[in-house]
Amino acid sequence: MLEVKNLKVHLDTASGIVKAVDGVSFHVKAGETVGIVGESGSGKSVLAHSLMQLNPVPPATYPQGEIIFENRNLLDLKEKELRKIRGNEIAMIFQDPMSSLNPVFKIGNQLMEAIRTHQSMSRQNAEEKALELLKDVGIPDPKSRLNDYPHQFSGGMRQRVLIAIALACQPKLLIADEPTTALDVTIQAQILELMKDIQKKYGTAIIIITHDLGVVAQLADRVLVMYSGRIVEEGITGDIFYHTSMPYTWSLLRSLPRLDSDIHQRLKSIQGQPPNLVDPPKGCNFSPRCPFVTEQCLEVDPSLVDRGNGHRAACILSESEYEERKHEIQDIEREGVEQ
Amino acid sequence: MLQYTIRRLLSLIPVMLIVSIIVFLIVHLTPGNPAYLILGEDSSQESIEQLEVQLGLDKPMVVQFFSWIGNVLTGDLGQSVYSSEPVTQIIIDHLGPTFSLMVISLVLTLLVAIPTAIFVVWKRNTALDPIFISISLLGVSIPEFWFAMLMVLCFGVAIPIFPVAGYIPVAEGAINWFYHLFLPAFVLAAVEIGLVARMLRDGMLESVNQDYTRTAKAKGVKESIVLMKHVFFNALIPTTTVIGTTIAGLLGGTVIIETMFTIPGIGQLLIDSIYRRDYPVIQGVILFIAAIYVLVNLLVDLLYAVLDPRIRYD
Repeated sequence: MLEVKNLKVHLDTASGIVKAVDGVSFHVKAGETVGIVGESGSGKSVLAHSLMQLNPVPPATYPQGEIIFENRNLLDLKEKELRKIRGNEIAMIFQDPMSSLNPVFKIGNQLMEAIRTHQSMSRQNAEEKALELLKDVGIPDPKSRLNDYPHQFSGGMRQRVLIAIALACQPKLLIADEPTTALDVTIQAQILELMKDIQKKYGTAIIIITHDLGVVAQLADRVLVMYSGRIVEEGITGDIFYHTSMPYTWSLLRSLPRLDSDIHQRLKSIQGQPPNLVDPPKGCNFSPRCPFVTEQCLEVDPSLVDRGNGHRAACILSESEYEERKHEIQDIEREGVEQ
Repeated sequence: MLQYTIRRLLSLIPVMLIVSIIVFLIVHLTPGNPAYLILGEDSSQESIEQLEVQLGLDKPMVVQFFSWIGNVLTGDLGQSVYSSEPVTQIIIDHLGPTFSLMVISLVLTLLVAIPTAIFVVWKRNTALDPIFISISLLGVSIPEFWFAMLMVLCFGVAIPIFPVAGYIPVAEGAINWFYHLFLPAFVLAAVEIGLVARMLRDGMLESVNQDYTRTAKAKGVKESIVLMKHVFFNALIPTTTVIGTTIAGLLGGTVIIETMFTIPGIGQLLIDSIYRRDYPVIQGVILFIAAIYVLVNLLVDLLYAVLDPRIRYD
């Protein structure tokens, strides 16, 4: 349904051109949930926004690539044609529900705007539809809530309203950009549950962008791992978590606190900072921080290599070399702990 | 809201009291004797003293102040020493032209400033923006009296398409009324247009990059509607403050403009009364202007609650 081919998004800033998305390819099938994970600054939000071309222009430019949605390249469409897709066929929910609703208009107004932008409908019918949507996303007493302003809602309730707005035209694809980051943990679980229910009810495909691996594990069928504007590993969720074959993903998973680990053990963070995207390092972008690094890594820029079962990884180490190196690192660490 | 309004109205009492003390002192400490001015240069010392007693000017200043303020509280602003008419009546007689002038310039200001700001924000990434900033800065910086003379020279003398003096009440024909007031109203508006448009542009540019604007775009709403609905109404809140001070500024501006275009309004009344040392009229007019000023500001504060649902005064 959605196929992104070699997409590049550059941000033209005072300090140079930031290659925020640097040659990304992936696809999303109808009804599927795809998770995109990566640390802050890995380009995942810019990627999400570029699917609907919501990055502010300037600074964003799209120098290369294709975004094929239902046989149309979205990058070729005129603004007017693009508008017919935004909110109608592809909808989006955002990171910060506190600021994503317009403070001076009533919820009902903002919800009905989403409905009536794409469907010619009387005010009354739109209001009924709005009520139904609020009910669907689990807002109690929707009738009176239509006349409330955003500041009268809690963060979790606002995110529900934003989900209702996104669902207004029953989109085929829902892009969720860190939908739970700004919410507390119990509300996070509720919102994720809601998204699962919605997918069941409407059959919507979902792209969920997050830095929270737990969210991805709960929700996604497939996972893309992003690092410095590129996809470095891709595969079905189980493979990514249990058969990791790329040092960055491995380090990322290891940095998570685990319930079964010793409480005195320190968390294993990834050393260093993400690379400068104006002037990325030579060779593999992850090489300066990679515990697996070899001399060759500083020279060769690895491309995504198929590891079977739709699993792709960007690392020059072969599977056996990778496993060998991994055991070596774990052995060294174990010795360090024993001493 | 009602409670808040009443509280605010009550808090105006000390403000007005202080204003009245200052006004009284300024007027009475300025050199010049009204009795002397009324009777003329060759009047005798006795007749001047006699008139001073008649006007109450021989009493100590404190006594004069309290007798004046006492009358003011009962709604009596006194009598003109020049024409013996009640001051309240004089102010009412001069209100029409000033009010007309203010309304036309305010409408003109909003009519030009709002579309300009929206257009500039729509074309925000073009060369239009720096040009707009320069022009608005020029508009704010130009002295009103100079611009008034320039306009009179251009459209009154060189290309005489507008009258440069006089006032026709609206009752005698709305078209003629507007025609006579257009040039002075335009001069008054010039400064305010720059200010309001600049303020609105700044507010809108801030709002353009907010998350809710992105949400609106993600819904597929047209850029023009995004700007005129979502962005504009959020930018209106800071702009209202400026429009409030604009109204007050217009009132001050009329003093100069009415004199230049010989419009018989409050401004000209004030200037004339100062020349005549007509104490009660000067005091009355300044008190009146101050009252309008504080009331407009109160109105702006109340308007916030209408424009921004997050603001509640209860």
